[in-house]
This record gives sequence, C-alpha cells and structure tokens, in this order.
Amino acid sequence: MIWVKSMQADIFKKKKLNTAVFILLVCFVTFIAATITEFSIAKGIASVPKAIQWSFSNFYPTKESLTKLPDILDKMKETLLISIAATTVAALLAMIFAIFGSTATRVNAFFGGICRGIATVFRNIDTAAWAMILLFSFGQSPLTGYFALFFGSFGFLTRAFVETIDEVSSSSVEALKATGASYFTIIFQSVIPSCIPQIISWVLFMVETNIRSATLVGLLAGSGIGFAFDLYYKSLNYHTASLVVIVIVVSILFIELISNYVRRVIL
Amino acid sequence: MEADEKIEKISSQTLISNSPSKRIRIRPLTKASLVLRGTLVVLVLLTAYTFYTIDVKDVNFVQGMIGTAKNVKVMFLEPHLSHFSFSHALYQVMITLGLAFLTTVFGAIIAVFLSLFAAQNLSSKRVSVVIKGFAAFIRAVPTVLWVLIFAVAAGLGSVAAVIGMTFHSISYLIKAYSESFEELDKGVIEALQASGASWWQIVFQAVIPSSISYMISWTFMRFEINFAVAVAMGAAAGAGGIGFDMFMASSFYYDIREIGAVTYFILVIAILLEVLATQIKKRLKVNI
Repeated sequence: MIWVKSMQADIFKKKKLNTAVFILLVCFVTFIAATITEFSIAKGIASVPKAIQWSFSNFYPTKESLTKLPDILDKMKETLLISIAATTVAALLAMIFAIFGSTATRVNAFFGGICRGIATVFRNIDTAAWAMILLFSFGQSPLTGYFALFFGSFGFLTRAFVETIDEVSSSSVEALKATGASYFTIIFQSVIPSCIPQIISWVLFMVETNIRSATLVGLLAGSGIGFAFDLYYKSLNYHTASLVVIVIVVSILFIELISNYVRRVIL
Repeated sequence: MEADEKIEKISSQTLISNSPSKRIRIRPLTKASLVLRGTLVVLVLLTAYTFYTIDVKDVNFVQGMIGTAKNVKVMFLEPHLSHFSFSHALYQVMITLGLAFLTTVFGAIIAVFLSLFAAQNLSSKRVSVVIKGFAAFIRAVPTVLWVLIFAVAAGLGSVAAVIGMTFHSISYLIKAYSESFEELDKGVIEALQASGASWWQIVFQAVIPSSISYMISWTFMRFEINFAVAVAMGAAAGAGGIGFDMFMASSFYYDIREIGAVTYFILVIAILLEVLATQIKKRLKVNI
C-alpha cells in the first residue's frame, strides 16, 4: 500500500517536473529569441492600444476615397482571377505528380521518389521567395504573381494529393490490379473518381490561401491588389488603403462562404 | 438510398429489355455530383477567362520562361554570397527563427484561453460563435496587412512584425485547439461536474491533459508555417532576418547567385522543421 502510494506520488512529481522543465525551456528560448530579434514585450503590448487608437482615427474610408473604388475592384478582380487560374493549372500538374508519387499508384519507387522530391523543393520555397526569384525574368507584371502562386500551390497540392490517393485508393488499386485492369483504367476509373471530392476540397483551400498570399506577392511583384495597397499605404493615403483592406476582407469572406458550401455538399 | 433504388430500377429495366448496348448508370446525378461538376466547370472557365484577359505588359511568355529556367539553374548550381558573410546569413536565419518562435509562443498562449471559450462543450454557443467569427475576421485580413497596419503604430521592425504575425497564429490555433477540445468525451466533463470540480479544474485536469499531444503537434505545425511567414515579412514589411537579405538581393543588387544561397538556407531550415514535425507527430502518436 505504501509502495503504491509512493509510486503514484512519483508519477505526479515526475509529471510536474516535466511540465516545469518544458515551461522553463520555452521561457529561455523566448528570452533568447527576444534578444536576437530586439523584440521588447513591453513595447509590443503598448503598440496594441496605440494601433487600435490610430486605426479608429485614421484607418477608415472617406467619401473621397470611395471614388477610387472602381479602380480597386478592378485590381481585386485581377488578383482573384490570377489566384484561381494559378491554382487550377497547378492542381492539374500536381495531380500528375501525385499519381506518379503515391505509393499506391506509382510506376516504380525511384520515379516516385523523384516526383515527391521535386514537390518538396517547390513546397518549401515560399510564394514570397518565388516572387522575388521570378521578378528577374518577368519584371513587374501579373505573370510574376501568377507563377509565384503557381509554384507554391504546385508543391503543396502535390503533397496533399499524394496523401489523399494513399488514403482513399490503395485497396481499390490492389483489387483492380488483381482483376487484370490496365494502369490507365485503374487511374481513370478508380483513383481519380474516388479522390475527386477531396481533391476539389484541397483546390478550394488553395484558392483561399492563394488570394491571401496574392496580396503579399502583389506587394513584392508590383501587381494586383497588393500593389494597390502598397501605393496608397506608402503615399500615406490611409483612408484609401483602408478601403483596399475592406475590399480584400469582403472578397476573402465571400470566397470562403462559397467554398465552405461546396465542401459541405460534396464531402 | 435513393441512388441505390435508382440503380436497381435501371438494372432491372436493362434485364427486361435485354439489350446489352444499354449502359447501366453507375453514378447517378445527385446534388453532390452536380455541385462537384459545377465547381470544376466554373474553375476551368475562370482559368480560361484569366488567360484570355491577362495583361502581360509586353513580357514575352516564352522568353520569360526560358529566362526563369536559366535563372533557377544559376541559382541552384552557383550559389554565392557576395554582400554578406556566411556567419551573417546564419545569424539572420536565427533572427527569422526567433521571430517565428515568438509569434508561435504568443499566439499559443492567447489561443489556449480563447479556444476554451470557443469550444462548444466548455462554453455557451453564443460565446463560441462570437470567438469563431472573430477568428474568421482575423484570417480574412492577410498577414502582411496586419504587420503593415501595426508598423504605423510601432514603427517598422520586429515589434510590428511579431504582433502582426501573431494575429493569424491566434486564429489558426483557436481553430485547431477548440476542435481538439470538442472531441473530448462528454461523460468526462459531466463526471467531473458531478463530483464538484470547478470549471478551471475541469480545464486543467481533464481537457488540456487529454488534448495536449494534439495541441503540441498543431503548435509545432504553426511554427513551421510561421517560419515561412517570417521570411516573407522580412521581405515585404522590413521585419529583418533572412527574408530582408533576400529582398535586398532581389530588388537592389539583382544578384541571382545570392538569392540562390539564401534559398538554400531557407530550404534547409524548412525541410529540417518538416522532418522534426513528422517526428513529433510520430512520437506523440498523433494523426493529423
């Protein structure tokens, strides 16, 4: 009895000790991180009410800024279309790479590894980094944004599709192989139809993500809605800049609404 | 059910008419398949429309592609640091990691409290809807805009970057945490309530311990995302770190070799973090 009690106490003590060590470690790393980034927590906390106060006194659209609305909407439309086009084409390419990369449907292990390796490289270079790389060849044009989003989406979607195919169709592929179905029959009659709802869901998710990143890419690549924001922000025209933010927020919420509906119905 | 009946009906008809040329419809048109096809058609049409209307501003598409391919080749095969040293780059990577870490820690702390109120089994439905709506609004404003808005109040630098980036971390983690809290068995909370445990006791003795491994995995995944975000913010919002060096190499020095070197740094860290995340998930036996 005493032995059981002491063992229980040990377990709780050990758990508490583990928690304490973990919290201390996090505090220590936070301290180091704050030192090297020159971040001051006091300043950080103080900036929140300051920012709120500033936004209430400066960051709202005025009548004058509303005259810029058609121009802003035009830029938003361009950004939305480019995000969608980049995602759709990337999804097509990602599908091919995913089929060759998935353990269920790959042709052989070597080729599958190469496909997944290429996708890993593309995925781990951020869209913003792609934008800076592409600026060299395409300059400040919508194509820079298009390809930056395209490469980023391609990497991410390949990984997502590989996981979907592995999850959904490994048993059906085996069954069809046993019946002697050809490779293309298996892909087009079983793998793609059974994965398509998941795939559409991922594509919609990617469209949402891309519209958010498009703002950032636009800032860097000088096109679309990001450029519009940058223009007004840097010329200290905060009223119009706030209008740009409102247009972005409304568009993103709208797209989210649609894709949530589609997801609810198809999944 | 309806679909099954339909198939049966059609197949029995086929049997009666006995014509082998008539095909059995295996996939009847349901609402789901209609919406699915509709979505596909809309996506393809919008893509076609985009390519038709895109204003490329005299950029030659083929030349651009060839140029990019050449640049990428130079970038990856001849990386070279010319404007700063290897140790400087390493230090900048540490700064970016530091920004990502601070953002994740602050985001996690705030998100834990908010997600307790966002989980429907721990709070009321109204509070939950309010917090989830707040999180959706945060997510609708892109991170770079949060950072730039805070930069006006706090000045460009690490403070604005960390605070601005924290917003999206909060929103992401509220969703992840509250969903894992909601998975907790109702009976556990009821049993503790019946034994007279207070709300905080329930939270700290039952809710958090049972979902801690999910929380750690999600938080680490957010850290991984925050690293990429911190690189981007360094470039777009002057947050410092390796992203800023990449921006300088791209927009001021036009040095593709330096971009290559920086990209290698980012790639190594990103892949390391990904491997680490997979390891953590495996250790904690979490499947997300």
